[in-house]
Amino acid sequence: MEMNGINPAHDSSRVRSASPKLSVEIAGLKLKNPVMTASGTFGYGEEYSEFVDLNRLGAIVVKGLSITPKQGNPTPRIVETASGILNAIGLQNIGVAAFIKDKLPFLRQFDTPIIANFFGDSVEEFVRAAEELSNVEGVHGLEMNISCPNKQAGWCIFATDPRTMSEVVTAVRKNTRLPLIVKLSPNVTDIAAMAKVAEDAGADAVSLINTLTGMVIDIRRRRPVLANRIGGLSGPAVKPVAVRMVWETCKAVRIPVIGLGGIMNASDALEFLIAGARAVAVGTANFVNPLATIEIIEGLGKFLDEEGISDINEIIGSLNAD
Amino acid sequence: MLQTARTYDPLLKRPFSLFRYQDGVLQFLYRIRGKGTECLSEIKAGDVIQLLGPLGNAYPSPEGDFIVVSGGIGIASLFMLLEKYKQKANFFCGARNCDELLMLDEAKTLAKDVCITTDDGTACIKGLITEPFKDFIESACFVKNPLPIYSCGPIPMLIELASIVAGRGLTCYASLEEVMACGVGACLGCVTKTTAGYKRVCKEGPVFRIEDIIWK
Repeated sequence: MEMNGINPAHDSSRVRSASPKLSVEIAGLKLKNPVMTASGTFGYGEEYSEFVDLNRLGAIVVKGLSITPKQGNPTPRIVETASGILNAIGLQNIGVAAFIKDKLPFLRQFDTPIIANFFGDSVEEFVRAAEELSNVEGVHGLEMNISCPNKQAGWCIFATDPRTMSEVVTAVRKNTRLPLIVKLSPNVTDIAAMAKVAEDAGADAVSLINTLTGMVIDIRRRRPVLANRIGGLSGPAVKPVAVRMVWETCKAVRIPVIGLGGIMNASDALEFLIAGARAVAVGTANFVNPLATIEIIEGLGKFLDEEGISDINEIIGSLNAD
Repeated sequence: MLQTARTYDPLLKRPFSLFRYQDGVLQFLYRIRGKGTECLSEIKAGDVIQLLGPLGNAYPSPEGDFIVVSGGIGIASLFMLLEKYKQKANFFCGARNCDELLMLDEAKTLAKDVCITTDDGTACIKGLITEPFKDFIESACFVKNPLPIYSCGPIPMLIELASIVAGRGLTCYASLEEVMACGVGACLGCVTKTTAGYKRVCKEGPVFRIEDIIWK
């Protein structure tokens, strides 16, 4: 395993990328750089620690957690599409308690903020998960995955119904002092309006976009390819949609926006930052290239050097859309 | 996991088992089945490709004689066993037709005994490889001296194999093939259902005890 700073190749690049100021702040969290991992694409961190010095990341957002462990959907769970992936993993996870006991000790050794992504199928489950994750050392922020149904309220999706979203964010807000990020679904008519709902309910930041709902059909068998029939689309295919939504959201809210959706390289990340995102998250790219996050961090540093900019914050929201 | 170039379409690397390692050269054996393998078939000597690996587990080393059951391209993951443990294996090899019987001449010199079937009868015995395999493990000499079984092949073959070995107290390993995204255990896309819940084919596998797998 590669530990902090042992690899000389990484060391020299660190010096290079340390000269322009890459650090950003989100809801009181100081990040070394704006590059985070997207929940569900980076496991619990240890899966990628063979490839990536986790100390170099802006933040690690772990796989979504629920109070009760979930075994996830039947297979097939994943299918490649044109420049993308459609997945229906079904939120498989080991549960909050096992995460705290078995995964968090490993993560505590790194000097990188750990953001616990979590979800529930009722407001009560969201609150319980948030409480338990807030009372342990080593969790520095929370990200709510609200793109799941509220089983108590007629299965409507928290993320697509303003009233349900407001209710769950308000309830979680009352029960945690950690920075609270609400992850927004793009499967709505007006994502900026939904971001406003999250802001008004007490969110410290919003992250977007979660996956776009999609479907792939096996034409020979006349059946959906995924066992779940529909899934969430991610990867380069969704990036223009994500950039547009981030831009619209940044104009609508005062809280920081974390941009994600198909970021494969530093140029992609810069589009989100220029659109106004304070940080970005890298998802599908980790699957394609385990070193994607590090290469993006280095690419951001190089871009600032080339442009003669000393602080990444000068890039954020620098879009000229007139 | 292999990818010929960093392209967006195909986007993901494709999983392959190591087929052979000879004179410092890693070899992969594959059938062209989709976009990924098609790209692979188009590369030329000297081209640079992306490789992530080795990943996951491997067949446990056999201690004495053993049985190998291969279906179609499944030979790709089993061939090194034959090569490393010469004259130790009873090799059962099935394919759809004579054209898909791969590495057979080499395998014949490496294995102790070889039994071949083709679905269409274009070579050797017509039928499925699981039929002569079943006769073999029911023979008096095998029952007296049971051997571990190593298998890789299409799912229907593995299901049949699982039902043949069930309840006989045999050690039988199956290497599974699954669609994968990351290959490192993060995406949870390649899981297979086992008696102990979903297991990641890329990480806890691809080799499983066949009795642990719950087939769809």
